[in-house]
Amino acid sequence: MTHSGIPVYKKKTYNKPLELQNQSKRHQLVIVGAGPIGLAAALDMALKGYDVLVLTAFEFISAGSKGICYSKQTLDYFDRLGIGERVVEKGVIWNVGKVFSGVQKDPIYQFDMLPIKDQKNPGFVNTQQYHVEDYLCDALENMPNVDIRWGHSLSGLKTKQNGCQLQVSTKDGDYTLETEYLIACDGARSVVRTLMNLTFEGKVFEDNFLIADVKFKQKRPSERWFWFDPPFNPDKSALLHKQPDDVWRLDFQLGWDIDKAEAIKPKNVDPLIKGMLGDDIEYEEEWYSVYTFQCARMQRFIHGRVIFAGDSAHLVSPFGARGANGGFADADNLCWKLDLVLQNNAPEILLESYNQERVMGADENILNSTRSTDFITPKDPFSQSLRDAVLELSLDTDFAPAFINSGRLSMPTPYLGSVLSTEDRDIFHAGPAPGHPCIDAPIQSDNIWLLSSLGGEFMLLHFGQDAPQSQLKTLIFPTDGLAAVRYGADEGTSYLIRPDQVVAARWKSASFQDIEQALNKAMGKG
Amino acid sequence: MTSLITQTNIKNPDDIYQKLIDLHKGLTPEQSQKVNAKLILLLTNHIGDINVIQQAIALAKPR
Repeated sequence: MTHSGIPVYKKKTYNKPLELQNQSKRHQLVIVGAGPIGLAAALDMALKGYDVLVLTAFEFISAGSKGICYSKQTLDYFDRLGIGERVVEKGVIWNVGKVFSGVQKDPIYQFDMLPIKDQKNPGFVNTQQYHVEDYLCDALENMPNVDIRWGHSLSGLKTKQNGCQLQVSTKDGDYTLETEYLIACDGARSVVRTLMNLTFEGKVFEDNFLIADVKFKQKRPSERWFWFDPPFNPDKSALLHKQPDDVWRLDFQLGWDIDKAEAIKPKNVDPLIKGMLGDDIEYEEEWYSVYTFQCARMQRFIHGRVIFAGDSAHLVSPFGARGANGGFADADNLCWKLDLVLQNNAPEILLESYNQERVMGADENILNSTRSTDFITPKDPFSQSLRDAVLELSLDTDFAPAFINSGRLSMPTPYLGSVLSTEDRDIFHAGPAPGHPCIDAPIQSDNIWLLSSLGGEFMLLHFGQDAPQSQLKTLIFPTDGLAAVRYGADEGTSYLIRPDQVVAARWKSASFQDIEQALNKAMGKG
Repeated sequence: MTSLITQTNIKNPDDIYQKLIDLHKGLTPEQSQKVNAKLILLLTNHIGDINVIQQAIALAKPR
């Protein structure tokens, strides 16, 4: 089933808004966009107890070829949102990526996305984006404080000092809404961004890629396979990824001057698929499409009371799974700050740290994604020679494979120098430094995990006896377990953890005052 | 005899790779060739040991 050319995964119900019957109230929070980031932000805020209104122009969850790779950091966030285990159960778990070159049968390079084992979540899970959106919707639709308005599109926006006024269009007519805060999660072609005349600067890459999502039954390992210059796509690249329900993502580089309509015709896709998987492969088409991409971001992600998150704020190439994962990191970073500000427990300036930290995240994602693209599609004769030299030397030496860049896959961005962090006073030889995400570890033997025990509020993680006095919930760990090793902890070590499970401060020995000071700083009061 | 290091010896391959690419941005093929030659001479002088350089030459030859 398709709707105006968009494939539909699940129909949703449009409801006539009460505002058209002259019932209107001022909202605390409106989210524009019901993609994965908008829905995650909605669920996060709804779980914190807010009335959340989500506007989306669509009346369905769309299918088609979208994001498929969800990183460990995203899964840790999903756990806090209550959908993590469902996503992992549905998805295909993978940690290993292999890179092939030319006619070589053996990989010339291999990487592991979960080098530190004994953590609850795997390095990556692959699943169709619509499954993630569906699970988020299921969770949201069970909550009385959530109103997802399918078929309500934003058509006008007036920003004010203490909020904004939205004009919304439906098939029954237009209405206006007032809100204190607006989170714009309306994607690469953000209507909010356009209505506000905000610029979006970056680099367009002159290349086309064919995505063929196909269904077939063949026993293959759950690994990411990438080819440079394979016989079935000479001088170009290809990528193979497993999804649930026997669906596979095949991605073929096509070059710049091509006829896109021609490229997705089955007669042209078939030789590529058979070349990759063998002449005897029997498959069914799920969806074929051609994409191009750009790496770009807004200069700032916060404009008054309008906050941008996900693709509306930044775009990357797909190599590295940094699009959706970067967007979830935005939502995770933003929601606890917005919560504290709305509760009047923190000054509004705390939100500015969202801009600071997530611009850092976007820049790292753009840098990595640009570098991968420069390696995969060299721009000039020297880049081509350097790339080919790396691939050839990889056959004879051990150092060259480290240069092979088929996509550096999404890892959390450490917020180095964040205004919310208290720099180390004591010497640590291991463990996550301030601004870095917490590392997981098993607690005792009964399948309890450190990250799951942290929850989503400011907490103190203490090793050994005599935890320091503090108003915070404190988790106490022994000094001889795996957690102590991973946190470089001795008797008396404490970590102050933010609600997004990022380290705010740590000490070998902390006083009540140390903790109070660091907590104030992490809440924007420093 | 010192042997050529062929194990990983650098921490940040992506940074170095980008520096090399940036060095050639906008150059003509002739300029690019000369820049490469200069770079080889500089690094060769830094290494200093002809045995090491000979091992690198052997590995760099077309396969």
